[in-house]
Amino acid sequence: MPAPPLLRLNSIRKRFGSLLANDDISLDLQRGEVLALLGENGAGKSTLVSILFGHYVADAGTIEIDGQPLPPGRPSAALAAGIGMVHQHFTLADNLSVLDNVMLGTEPLWRPWSQRRAARAALLQTAQRFGLAVNPDAPVGSLSVGERQRVEILKALVTFGRKQGARILILDEPTAVLTPQESESLFASLAQMVQAGLGVIFISHKLDEVLRVSQRIAVLRSGRLMAVLPAAGADKPMLAEAMVGRPVAAAIKHTREPGAVVVELGAASVRDDAGRSLLAGLNLRLRAGEVLAVAGVAGNGQQALAELLCGERALHQGTLMVDGRALPARPREWVRAGVARIPEDRHAVGVVADLPLWENAVLERYAAPAFARHGLIDRRRAMAHAADLVQRFDVRGTESAGLQTPTRSLSGGNMQKLILGRALAGDPDHPGPPRLIVANQPTWGLDIGAVAYVHQQLLDACAAGAAVLLISEDLDEIFALADRIAVMHQGRLGPARARADWTLAAIGLAMSGSGVDHAAEVVDAA
Amino acid sequence: MRLERRAQTSRRALLLAPVGAVLLTLALTSLLVAWAGAPIARAYLLLIEGGFGSRFAITETLTRATPLILTGLSAAVAFRARLYNIGAEGQLYAGALAAVAVGGLHGGEGLALSAWLLFPLMIAAAMLAGALLLLGPALLKSRFGVDEVVTTLLLNFIVLLAVSALLDGAMKDPGAMGWPQSVALKDELQLSRLLSRSRVHTGLLAALVLSVALWALLRFTTLGFEIRAVGSGPRAAAFAGMPVTAVGVKVALLSGALAGLAGAVEVAGRTGYVTLDMSPGYGMSGVVIAMLAMLNPLAVVAAAIFVAGMLVGADSMSRAVAVPTYIADVIVAIALICMLVATLLTQYRIRR
Repeated sequence: MPAPPLLRLNSIRKRFGSLLANDDISLDLQRGEVLALLGENGAGKSTLVSILFGHYVADAGTIEIDGQPLPPGRPSAALAAGIGMVHQHFTLADNLSVLDNVMLGTEPLWRPWSQRRAARAALLQTAQRFGLAVNPDAPVGSLSVGERQRVEILKALVTFGRKQGARILILDEPTAVLTPQESESLFASLAQMVQAGLGVIFISHKLDEVLRVSQRIAVLRSGRLMAVLPAAGADKPMLAEAMVGRPVAAAIKHTREPGAVVVELGAASVRDDAGRSLLAGLNLRLRAGEVLAVAGVAGNGQQALAELLCGERALHQGTLMVDGRALPARPREWVRAGVARIPEDRHAVGVVADLPLWENAVLERYAAPAFARHGLIDRRRAMAHAADLVQRFDVRGTESAGLQTPTRSLSGGNMQKLILGRALAGDPDHPGPPRLIVANQPTWGLDIGAVAYVHQQLLDACAAGAAVLLISEDLDEIFALADRIAVMHQGRLGPARARADWTLAAIGLAMSGSGVDHAAEVVDAA
Repeated sequence: MRLERRAQTSRRALLLAPVGAVLLTLALTSLLVAWAGAPIARAYLLLIEGGFGSRFAITETLTRATPLILTGLSAAVAFRARLYNIGAEGQLYAGALAAVAVGGLHGGEGLALSAWLLFPLMIAAAMLAGALLLLGPALLKSRFGVDEVVTTLLLNFIVLLAVSALLDGAMKDPGAMGWPQSVALKDELQLSRLLSRSRVHTGLLAALVLSVALWALLRFTTLGFEIRAVGSGPRAAAFAGMPVTAVGVKVALLSGALAGLAGAVEVAGRTGYVTLDMSPGYGMSGVVIAMLAMLNPLAVVAAAIFVAGMLVGADSMSRAVAVPTYIADVIVAIALICMLVATLLTQYRIRR
């Protein structure tokens, strides 16, 4: 009889209300392999690993590890059985050191002394073994995102304080926050883990890296396992079709000559409320009809730039002109000036999730004469406008409750279509297209179909004469949309150069701050 | 056992939540009734009869409900904007004092104006006093992030002590045989009775009109939209360009004014003067009422009548069976907890 696989999922089924999140999924993970779990948002990837880790209890089905059944619904049992999970959003305490974070929760409450020495040795040994270099004494708050992820992985792998370290490592969208170079280093570590006999489940919706890193690929769609393919011999169009269920067309870009300057930033700097510098010495010129993309690792000042150009934050020094005018830092003025704004966090900033769809459709313009008279909201006109947006921007999920649908219940893609429509369409008195579009991570967390739709809308608006500032951490997106690209690092913006002048490696270097092109800066300033 | 978020909350669940909470409350308090040694069924029958069972009971309940509707509205509008005003008790007393200061002091005649002018002035003064009392905590919150629960809660004690000082000092009624009570309002300023042989006064009409007005404000106006948006999505509201700080100030003024009005209405409609025990916790009960009503101004009326019925009914029940009248306070307090649980369960389901 052959040895049982490292992990076996037998007919896992999970239902949330009317939604069948996991429909009879059976899957094996062998020792020494990376199994990619590929699927769009809502395909059931997260539900499946949540069941595996004991956050949810499956309605039906069993899990075996090394042939032993895993008791359902108990994260402690999953940990004891050697399942380690690295979440997309880190679960580290910033004010504690790396070592403290790794030890956190492993020590019995009543033991009077600590075992730091042993823990430290175990940490360093594991770090060495898998090429995950970290300084055990550094406070986590001082680490880069890539380093933090290493700490998360180490936390899952270190054997200290448990019978055994993780034998199965689950990584949820691990590269979403990394530079290309950091991703490479992660992939190298994964190769070493696999060689040591670990099994890795790698969750992603990026086709390139799935092909690059895994041995087998499991494709999920609408809660069902569509296919399990060997990575060798698979290709991108094939995976995309398995994932979406139909061929996916990429957005079409029409090139045109850029027009007048719409945004001009001169030696602009921005500080936070405590006086710390967020942006320093930014120079930028953005023309009508072009897409300028700002690349960079999260947390390098992109948020401040987006807030500045959405009218949420005031300049500290320098100049900022939109169509030759200096605008006050009040969002309403920016909306009135024809700036379409797409915020990064669509749930908390883009919409008021508890309010109905139609109210969110006029959230930026409820007080404009188009929708309000004498302090009363003209519900008829606002609803007509919302209905128009729903139709023109193909917002789905309104079948049962129509315009009164709570915005919370829309999927991420449909919520983004609503925000996009609200920003691009203007109001009945001032119909679009906008003068400027500020899109901050516009496709973050969206599925392929919605991504293509958002991209096409941005490009169409650009072709109609809007200037587009795209802030993104997704380099595929940047290369697909941008005319010019600039890289942001530690609150400074590098020179904006034509897309053809950049390579992936050059952007990666600039994102990590080591490849700042001083010569180009001088030329640009001159 | 764990909580899982529901995909959506049904209308039926929203209607059932307060009913379920009230039934659970009565079930839980029945344990206390049994502990006190009284027959549960008879005690509850007496409670309901005492609150709603006769013309007298109903009019007494409506009289009690009048200030409760106003404090309930005060809490509902503030909580809608996530301004957790726990200071309605203090604002109510501030309103009552202001009403007497305008309409009772100055030799028991009030300011030397005709009653047609003096009455609106008295109401305005009471509302302004309540509003100003909440303005401080609201500004501290928006400027420095000071928790308004703490500031408004503690202001209650300050106001009560100030009332106590005034009732023994500047506003003391010299003809009250040494009792700490204020000068009485001028007779012309007293609210007239709605029904003969009862204490129900025209303040009830004002409370009903205001609950409809507040409902319309929240539903139809730009300010109402701002209040709802700022309350449930402050970051989105700010991003969309809503004046978040100004909305907070307006809500504070509105909420404080409603609580202050409750004080003026109590003085002008029922007591005639201010005493230290004028409000048996109307301000705090307003919080419970707002929660029972799920912050809906129209439902506040029903919730206030329920709470008033419990208060009035408990009085008459305690005379017949050996259950202290404090059972009413226990019912109201447990109702709040049950309602919080019921609200949670409309949004989450329990899984094993």
